[in-house]
Amino acid sequence: MSTASEIEACLPIRSDMDLVWVRQHVRQAAALLGFGLVDQTKLVTAASELARNTLVHGGGGQMEAAPVTAGFGHGLRLTFSDSGPGIPDLDRALSDGFTSGDGLGMGLGGARRLVHEFEVESAEGAGTTVRVISWVNRPPRGREEG
Amino acid sequence: MNEAYPRPEAGHVPVLRLGDILLVTLQGDLHDSTAQQLQQDLSETIVSAGVTGVVIDISGVEIVDSFLGRVLAEIAAQASLLAARTVVAGMRPAVAITLVELGLTLPGLLTALDTQAAMALLEQPVVLSHAGRTRRERA
Repeated sequence: MSTASEIEACLPIRSDMDLVWVRQHVRQAAALLGFGLVDQTKLVTAASELARNTLVHGGGGQMEAAPVTAGFGHGLRLTFSDSGPGIPDLDRALSDGFTSGDGLGMGLGGARRLVHEFEVESAEGAGTTVRVISWVNRPPRGREEG
Repeated sequence: MNEAYPRPEAGHVPVLRLGDILLVTLQGDLHDSTAQQLQQDLSETIVSAGVTGVVIDISGVEIVDSFLGRVLAEIAAQASLLAARTVVAGMRPAVAITLVELGLTLPGLLTALDTQAAMALLEQPVVLSHAGRTRRERA
């Protein structure tokens, strides 16, 4: 497997230029870890949605990338954090069509469908942290779970 | 560490005119601001050049997220109000799979597998079917 140093990173998310760096890093890291083309595309798209949420709704923040291993293989973990206003109603924010910005309301719920594991921690006034993991060569989880 | 990557282009995307059609080729990773600038440039060029069609070639685009998807849909909607049809050409299969999973099927968008097919589609007369979607008229 490739060196962890090329995959581990902590990137700032302060402007739309930073979104480009985030996407490029995630693509490069996913390729190094051996993700297939479709899975790379899904992961980069999810990262783009989440980084944009961090920028637009969280007022900026950062993304940490790290390789992870488990019994069944290895994957990539991405953690997006901001110290913005937080999400008061998480269930609502995860439903399709919900938007508080000028997006299409696909950000959080859509990103969740593109990754294997998805966790949000948020409280009103206390910022938001979204942690996602995708595993290499693992079939996507069933629709009923998402 | 940002220096390790090629610097992404910011600013204007070239808009080429071929007869009655505007051709835009999107490449690589687009800035949000560049996509929004294109949206504005295209509307102005449609009117000033008096074209009836727009082809947006996205074969060089690795990902389309909800932001870029929305920009493409808005370009098509604006063009439609300005009496021009928009065809998005050359979407990569991985991008199509991802967009559907994301929940973004862009139903109003006319697509073609490549630029040539898109140009041919725009040369055909159209009949309006339900919901304002266009389809080819039988010759």
